[in-house]
Amino acid sequence: MMISRDSDWVRMFNRRAAVLAGGQALLVSALAGRLYYLQVIEGERYRMLAEDNRINLRLLPPPRGRILDRFGEPLAVNQQNFRVLIIPEQGDDIKTTLASLSQIIPLTDHERERVRKEASRSRGFLPITIRENLSWHEMSRIQINAPDLPGVVIDEGLTRFYPQHENAAHVLGYVAAVDEADLTGDPLLQLPGFRIGKAGIERVYDMALRGRGGTSQVEVNAYGRIIRELERKEGEPGADVRLTIDSRIQHFAAESLGAESASIAVMDIRTGDLLALVSNPSFDANAFSRGLTNEEWKDLSTNDHKPLSNKAIAGQYSPGSTFKMVVALAALEHGVIAPEQTVYCNGMYRLGNYVKRCHKAHGSVDMVNAIGVSCDTYFYEVARRLGVDKIAAMAHRLGLGEVTGIGLPGEQSGLIPTEAWKQAARGEPWVPGDNLNVGIGQGDVLATPLQLAVMVSRVANGQLAVKPRLVRSEPGAGLVAAANAATDDMPPQPDSDFEPLGINAAHLDVVRAGLFNVVNGPPGATTAAASKLRFRGDPERKDWTMSGKTGTAAVRRISAAERDAGPREPEELPWNLRDNALFVAFAPSHDPRYAVAVVVEHALGGGGKIAAPIARDILEEVLRLDPSRQPRVPADQIAAVVPPKSDDTP
Amino acid sequence: MSDIGFLSARLRRGDMTSGEKLLQVSWSFVFWLCCIAAAGCAMLYSAANGKMDPWAMPQMIRFGIGLVLLLGIALIDVRLLMRYSYLFYGVVLVLLIVVEVKGVIGGGAQRWIDLGFVNLQPSELMKPAIVLALARYFQGVGLDDIGHPMVLLVPLGMIALPVGLIVIQPDLGTATVITMGAGTMLFLAGVRLWKFAIVGTGALAALPIGWSFLQDYQKNRILTFLDPERDPLGSGYHIMQSKIALGSGGLFGKGFLEGTQSHLNFLPERQTDFIFTMLAEEMGLVGALGLIGLYVIVMIYGYAIAYRCRHQYGRLVALGISTTFFLYFFINMAMVMGLIPVVGVPLPLVSYGGTALFTLMMSAGLLMNIWVHRDVQMGVRGGFGDL
Repeated sequence: MMISRDSDWVRMFNRRAAVLAGGQALLVSALAGRLYYLQVIEGERYRMLAEDNRINLRLLPPPRGRILDRFGEPLAVNQQNFRVLIIPEQGDDIKTTLASLSQIIPLTDHERERVRKEASRSRGFLPITIRENLSWHEMSRIQINAPDLPGVVIDEGLTRFYPQHENAAHVLGYVAAVDEADLTGDPLLQLPGFRIGKAGIERVYDMALRGRGGTSQVEVNAYGRIIRELERKEGEPGADVRLTIDSRIQHFAAESLGAESASIAVMDIRTGDLLALVSNPSFDANAFSRGLTNEEWKDLSTNDHKPLSNKAIAGQYSPGSTFKMVVALAALEHGVIAPEQTVYCNGMYRLGNYVKRCHKAHGSVDMVNAIGVSCDTYFYEVARRLGVDKIAAMAHRLGLGEVTGIGLPGEQSGLIPTEAWKQAARGEPWVPGDNLNVGIGQGDVLATPLQLAVMVSRVANGQLAVKPRLVRSEPGAGLVAAANAATDDMPPQPDSDFEPLGINAAHLDVVRAGLFNVVNGPPGATTAAASKLRFRGDPERKDWTMSGKTGTAAVRRISAAERDAGPREPEELPWNLRDNALFVAFAPSHDPRYAVAVVVEHALGGGGKIAAPIARDILEEVLRLDPSRQPRVPADQIAAVVPPKSDDTP
Repeated sequence: MSDIGFLSARLRRGDMTSGEKLLQVSWSFVFWLCCIAAAGCAMLYSAANGKMDPWAMPQMIRFGIGLVLLLGIALIDVRLLMRYSYLFYGVVLVLLIVVEVKGVIGGGAQRWIDLGFVNLQPSELMKPAIVLALARYFQGVGLDDIGHPMVLLVPLGMIALPVGLIVIQPDLGTATVITMGAGTMLFLAGVRLWKFAIVGTGALAALPIGWSFLQDYQKNRILTFLDPERDPLGSGYHIMQSKIALGSGGLFGKGFLEGTQSHLNFLPERQTDFIFTMLAEEMGLVGALGLIGLYVIVMIYGYAIAYRCRHQYGRLVALGISTTFFLYFFINMAMVMGLIPVVGVPLPLVSYGGTALFTLMMSAGLLMNIWVHRDVQMGVRGGFGDL
């Protein structure tokens, strides 16, 4: 039985094996036949093609898409550029060629070494960049000496140029040469001198900005010289990316910071459009596309003001008293205190053995006053009643403690502590004293300037949980469509995109009244009285006001001995131990439209003294230019803000 | 009992000593392999413009190591081989999953695992692994059993799993070779032809469903593969250049090291996928047919070994291996001659590349193993001596 089954199978197997062999023999004959056809029947034709016409394929790099501001002002464009390349296999000896080339343009040993190294690594027919950004003079001298420079060619290409240099450099990012790790198989990346986005918008939208390469089929003779172009397939130029930034406001805000290490976020509270996102000091992104020198790199990377870091999204600061609006809203929403209920402040607050100070004895303060004068005692008491978890929930509702999602690389989430967080992170239980620190925005609470702008925008908006955005036209799906869409009639982001804020309007009114008092309150009930809006010369806007909140956040633990010695002037302290000055604001108070957050690191004074005037100047400029209008109103058609002579600012 | 008779009895029992096994190895088969490899090294020497570096020398060393590997595998007891067939298949399958997961984490296409001294490509190893596993499965499955549809489900799954993983890498060349090789094994095991039709139709119908499970980047990889126009340096250009180079070789070729098209860099990847073009340009129709002849000789060994083998496992392994070998060189040659679309399949024993060479030598070792153990009696499930 077994045997017969077995032999049945063997018979079947042999039969099928024969069929398989037959099939394979047929296919092999097909190969042989094809070879005969190509090499013998058509051989003559192919020999002619091989001898006379050698067809070469060249890749045409697409122009990189531009980056524009909200009104189409160019922030990143392309510029003509001559560069000198060497094709190793077309020359004799790369060393001698480089030596004779350095008679024309001086080459350092370092440069020569780099070219030699690249040449030994890559395939011989791939050109290697020797030097970019040649002057006309250098370019023509190389052309004249071409016979002595085998394999050396001049190439004309486009390089990235940032016409506004340092303006918005952190948002735009920069482009730089392709690293080995960036190679994805896109042949464009192997072109000499090709640049890809390495930071900011340039990096996030790199694929869209890059476009697609075209090809050119050229006929070359036996020496590789081009005879004619046979076929040209144009690539697709990169799509433009249009930002929500208004380059005028961006520039104005950056200028207002001087040399401070500081950051600013300016936001439209209805659409979430970011009108400015400033991190100071900045850098000139053109240096990156040109290639940094060692000294430039050292300067940028060792500067203690950290010019390469985008502090507006990556800087995490104690929000200080700006956080009190969060605590106040949490208190009202949970009913732990009524708006008119007062707390008595005698300059200090006692919790068990724990004593916390207020910066002044404010007497009896209700909520509006407590915000206006920034009374710590009031908020110690409220925070004690609330507990940290309820404050944390409100903070998240206002956009703190999580990334905003504008999509720039390196954005930090800040930190809103909870009882569970402390247990997990520190292994210590939450103690009541911790609540007090959170109540005044100190302790473990951290927020980025952008988050603070979102927070104050949501309070000002009152109805919607607005989210910030940085890009108006999203390129991607259809590159050309997106490029065409980058015109003036881009619709604003519809409000319905945002979730409802879900905070009682009456409670928001109380908090906003407090914020109004911070700037415009009765004498003695304000912390930023010096920073009222100055539209007095303007009949339309003369009664406009701004609302805001100061914050002055210590960056170090203050020892008991120091406290007893009394507060020290910031001038007496080393720069990096001074307090941070913060101010968040929105305007106009009666019909909010724009919000701003200013954070000055280690300032020579508190939020009211240092940050509030900067925020005021910016809001004035924003209100004057009113960038939510379309189309743009040229700046010279709008009256400048001229503070009247009788200005009562001290 | 004569010496020969004594030996053949022991052959049947399979308890030969290693020395006896070495005598059994078909040294003429090894000789033909060496001929192909020599032709390959000569072409690699030419591809480097008459230098041993960077390709010819490493390839020779690897071939030497491959020969040791071949003999080592040939001497393993075939029943052990059978016993561990599934294990080997399972390990390779796990490696395939590992590269895919690493690819997901790394965000790019990755087909290999870096072992330090060699980049291991699990999809290459899958070619012999699936042959062993299927042969193991069909060992002792008679014509009656194979009529049951249920019996076919397991091997179909065994094929679909690795092929699916390789398709999303995407390495459609390897996936094609494995599918066709495995399909041939089912055919040889006696599966009815109409069942192939059903499975083929079913697979086509399942394509859109499988597609919807893929990640965007995986879809992109496959689309670029299917539509080379998405790649500006399109493969149509490569094929045209390949045909010009090949055709201009004529009857006797332009002479060793004289291939103008290949050496002027009109030919892409002349040391790997397009090496046959260079051979045909420099050696002409005569040289190209000579290489094909060498491959055909190796194929004939496969058929002869399968015919002489007494166990089902060995027959299936022998023809599975030789069919895979056939698919390698047929697909590669048909591709460079413009008969089929461009797929990255190397020319066996000639193209430069470590994993492919080792896999091929391993496969040749398996073929030799079957030859050495052709008379071993094997049970239904590969036990020692049980019938």
